[in-house]
This record gives sequence, C-alpha cells and structure tokens, in this order.
Amino acid sequence: MTTPLLETRGVWQRFGGLIANSDVSISVGAGEIVGLIGPNGAGKSTLFNLIAGVLPPTQGTIWFNGENVTQMPAAERCQRGIARTFQVVKSFETMTVIDNVIVGALIRNEKMRDARRKAHEVLEFCGLAPRADKLARDLIPSEKRRLEVARALATEPKLLMLDECLTGLTPLEAQSGVALVRKVRETGVTVLMVEHVMEIVMPLVDRAIVLNLGKKLVEGKPADVVRHPEVISAYLGDRHAVGA
Amino acid sequence: MDSFTQRRRRDLILAAALAAIAACVPLFVKDVYVQNIMVLTLMYAALSQAWNILGGYCGQISLGHALYFGLGAYTTALLFTKFGVLPWFGMLGGGIISALIALALGYPTFRLRGHYFVIATIVIAEIGFLLFHNWDYAGAALGIDIPVRGDSWAKFQFTRSKLPFYYFALVFCCVAWFITWWLEDSKWGFWWRAVKDNPDAAESLGVVVFNSKMGAAAVSAFLTAIGGAFYAQFVSYIDPESVMTFQFSLLMALPAVLGGIGTLWGPVLGAVILIPMTELTRSFIGGSGRGVDLILYGAVIVVISLARPDGLIGLFSRRPASKGVPQ
Ligand SMILES: Nc1ncnc2c1ncn2[C@@H]1O[C@H](COP(=O)(O)OP(=O)(O)OP(=O)(O)O)[C@@H](O)[C@H]1O
Ligand SMILES: [Mg+2]
Repeated sequence: MTTPLLETRGVWQRFGGLIANSDVSISVGAGEIVGLIGPNGAGKSTLFNLIAGVLPPTQGTIWFNGENVTQMPAAERCQRGIARTFQVVKSFETMTVIDNVIVGALIRNEKMRDARRKAHEVLEFCGLAPRADKLARDLIPSEKRRLEVARALATEPKLLMLDECLTGLTPLEAQSGVALVRKVRETGVTVLMVEHVMEIVMPLVDRAIVLNLGKKLVEGKPADVVRHPEVISAYLGDRHAVGA
Repeated sequence: MDSFTQRRRRDLILAAALAAIAACVPLFVKDVYVQNIMVLTLMYAALSQAWNILGGYCGQISLGHALYFGLGAYTTALLFTKFGVLPWFGMLGGGIISALIALALGYPTFRLRGHYFVIATIVIAEIGFLLFHNWDYAGAALGIDIPVRGDSWAKFQFTRSKLPFYYFALVFCCVAWFITWWLEDSKWGFWWRAVKDNPDAAESLGVVVFNSKMGAAAVSAFLTAIGGAFYAQFVSYIDPESVMTFQFSLLMALPAVLGGIGTLWGPVLGAVILIPMTELTRSFIGGSGRGVDLILYGAVIVVISLARPDGLIGLFSRRPASKGVPQ
C-alpha cells in the first residue's frame, strides 16, 4: 500500500476538561475528496486546526507526505503543501481581493510580479476575476468563501482543507461551489472537506469520515455511511436509530 | 499597463513633484521662524512614515518610539562629544542600536496576543527616559551640549543658516516615503498588511507572523533613530526632556493616524497639518503650556476618528466609499 498523503495517528485534543478529539486516526490518500462530517461540536474544526498546525495535539502524531509534522508551525505546513479555509471567514478585510490572494501566492513566488500573475490565474480559476480590485470587506458572503478558497489555492497546496465553505450559501451558490471543488480536484489537489449539508457533500466525496463527540464513528463510502445506524442516531438521536 | 502599475507610477510622479516644490520653497520663504517649522514638519513626516511601517502597515501600535528617537540623538551626540566621531557614523550607529533594541523588545511581546506590545513600548520608553535622566556620563538631566566646531557637512553643523538642515530633512522625508513606497509592493508589505488584518489567516498562508513583525519593528526603529540623530544636530543641545518624552512618541504616531494610518500618504498629509499647528499653538500658549497642545491634538484625533476613520487621506480616495453590496 502506498503511504497516504495525510494521516493522523491516535490524535487527542483536550481543552481543559473538554475532550474535543479523542483518539482520532484518519488517513487521506492523494487525489481523494474526503468528507468529514458530524454534528455540531463533534470536533471537526479542531481536527482541522491540528492538521493545519494552529495548535499541537495533546497526544498523537500527524503525518503529511510521509513526514511527521506534529510539532511543525502552521506556516511551515503551508510550505509543505497544506492549505485550509476557515469556518468563520478570515479575509484580509482592508486589502483588495487580488492582494488577499497575492499573500498566498508569495509562498511559492519570490518575485512580486510572479506572485501577482499567479494570483490573477487563481482568481480566474475561482471565478472571482471581476472582483479583483474590490476590497475584501465589500464582497458578499459567497464571494468571501470563494476568496478563502482562492487564497488557499494560491499557495499551490497538495492538500486543501475546506471547513464548511458551502454552508450558508443559496442552493445555486452551493452548486457552483461544488463545481469549483470538483475542478480543484481535477488539478490534482487532494481535498478534505467539512460539510453539514448531506445532500451537497455526499455526491461530491469519494469517502466520508464521521466524527461524533470527538471520536471517529465510522468511515466509508458515502452511501454506506448515511445508512449506518450509529450515524443516524448521532444526527437524529437514538430513537430514530432503533427503527433503522 | 494595469491599474495597479499606473497607480504606483502616479504616486511616484506626485512624490517627485512635491519634493521639487518643497525644494524650491526656501527660495521664497526667508523667515527663520517659518523655516524652522518647515524643517520640523519634514522631520515629523519622515518619523511618522517610519512609525507607520510598524504601526500602520503591520498593525503593531507603538507609543514608545521616543526611545528610538532618543537613542539616535544620544548615540550621535555622545560619540561626537566624547570621541569626536562624525555625526554620520553616530546616525548609523544609533539606527543599528535602535533596531536591535526594537528586536529585543519584540522578541517577548510579539508572540503574545492583545495589547501587550503597546503597553511594553510605553514602559520601555519610560525606562529609557529614566536611565538617561540618571546617567551621569550622558549628562544626566542636564543633557549634552554639542560643541560648535564650525559649519560643515562633514560635522553636520550649521550655525548660520537653517537651509542645510531643511534639505537634509527633505531628503530624509523622501527616503522614508520611498522606502514605504517600495515596501508596499514587496512581500514584506503584503505580509505586514496580512498580519495586521488577520494573523491566523496570514499564518495559514505561510506568513511567519512573528518574523514579519520583527522586520517591521527593526526598519521602523532604524529610521526613527536617524531622525533623532538629525534632531540632535539641528538643535545642537539634547537632554532627556527634549528627545525622550512621551510627547515625542505621540507626535510620531499622530500624523499617521490623522492623515491615514497604514497609507502611503497619510503621514505626510498628517504632518503638514499637525506640525505647523503644534508649533503655532506652542508659541501662542508659550513654554508653560505643555500639555495644552496635547489636549488639542487629542481633540483633533477624536474628531477625525469619528468623522473619518480612514484618516484625512480618505477625502482624496479614488475608491468609492465601501458600502453596500456590489452586484
Ligand atoms: N480553543 C478552544 N478552547 C476550548 N474549547 C474549544 C476550543 N475549540 C473548540 N472547542 C470546543 O471543542 C468542541 C469541538 O469544537 P469544534 O469546533 O471542533 O466542533 P465542530 O465539529 O467543528 O462543530 P461545528 O459543526 O459547530 O463547527 C466544542 O465543544 C468546542 O466548544
Ligand atoms: Mg466547525
């Protein structure tokens, strides 16, 4: 078996008495789109933060591309090829859209001119080109989500982690978001995405991993996962699971 | 040529034109009192430009830049009076010392979130003031009288005319502006603005937030010390009161805040309005009026920040006010 692109091994995260991740082991193969789902407070964003290097896990190790990155700071992981978006959008509000993306492009481009060219390409790819000279704070919410994706893509990642980037969009916007994720994968980028809306995420992903109360519940093909009794009970409560 | 390149070129041309005009002004303005105000205006424009790199672009508000200003002044004055070292070397030395101190100050504070940095800057500047106030070798409270050795550029002393100082201040101002202009379209400039707007997002995009802040602090402190060295030569007498008080820290920050924090033209615009006003009120109120002028600036800043949060430069902005939802 080839080594996966990303692997977490027995990862724990405690916040005081609260256990946000307990013994989570997941792996993501190169080229996959993997969905990370689970009810509110399941620990999905926490796992993202551990993978991205916002904080080191209380216990366990994180491997990327065969390298142990557990103690590596976030900026260095980005250098290695991990990029992410934030559940709560974190644009550079006072900067223009193009400048936002240039910040991401600088990690692979020494010269400003190259970074700018790269940023324009990415905006084109993400359908944000007409907004290039707008201030980020003037974008509508769906555009801000797109900008987060664009900024992350500008770092030319191997792994792109999307934290609910389709949540809160109109169905039409969500659909074009899905199209964008597909397009991203076609360029060879591996995608790990957190999403609540099953109808959106399930047709999109190759594999789904379900977290509940900080633990990995099940993983597998989307169709199997949604029928799994434990998943149904986690989402809808135990009563529903009994009948399933 | 895209709009971005055009704008940068326009800024450069405008700066060159303004510098040319400023260079001609002394041909018409012979009054020494007015010339004095013009020198100070240019100096504060440059100092505020330096402050703006750290406070405006990188978002790390310092209210202790008087420390770097004082270090520049004292290094120059001490080296010259004690060892006969030419002020130009003192200027450079003061810049390097200040940059190092800024790094030492940033090292423990830049990792912390919140307002630790701004508090630390105030405290450290106050400590610096007290140290110089009690340091006998540096003249303690009496300060240092820089002996007159005849007018020359080598010794950077001019007793007969203010004009050489005026032209130096003009060059200093242009250099500070140009450095900012250049940094604006460099990766440092982008890192700084990203760090200011959202450090978490910046870090996730590969920006080493800590290093970015350190870089801004060093450049800012270095330039500020150059201003201090210049000021020592200009007034030829320094003491802790005249170069290291909190008032100086404010006077470096205020033009940028007034004109437009984190903008290329803000510090210049702010200084041109604020510094003449300061000097005039000072001469009206008299030497005893210390503090009254500060209250005045405070009032001005409050009014500005309520009416024009982006600073006065916002009045000239070609970008329409950011409102509403574009469609
Ligand atoms: N920095 C933190 N300090 C303390 N507790 C935290 C912190 N971050 C997350 N938590 C807690 O950890 C648990 C998991 O949070 P997390 O944000 O990972 O959930 P999530 O699965 O992303 O939920 P959602 O679907 O609502 O985004 C929650 O109970 C949350 O309150
Ligand atoms: Mg979350």
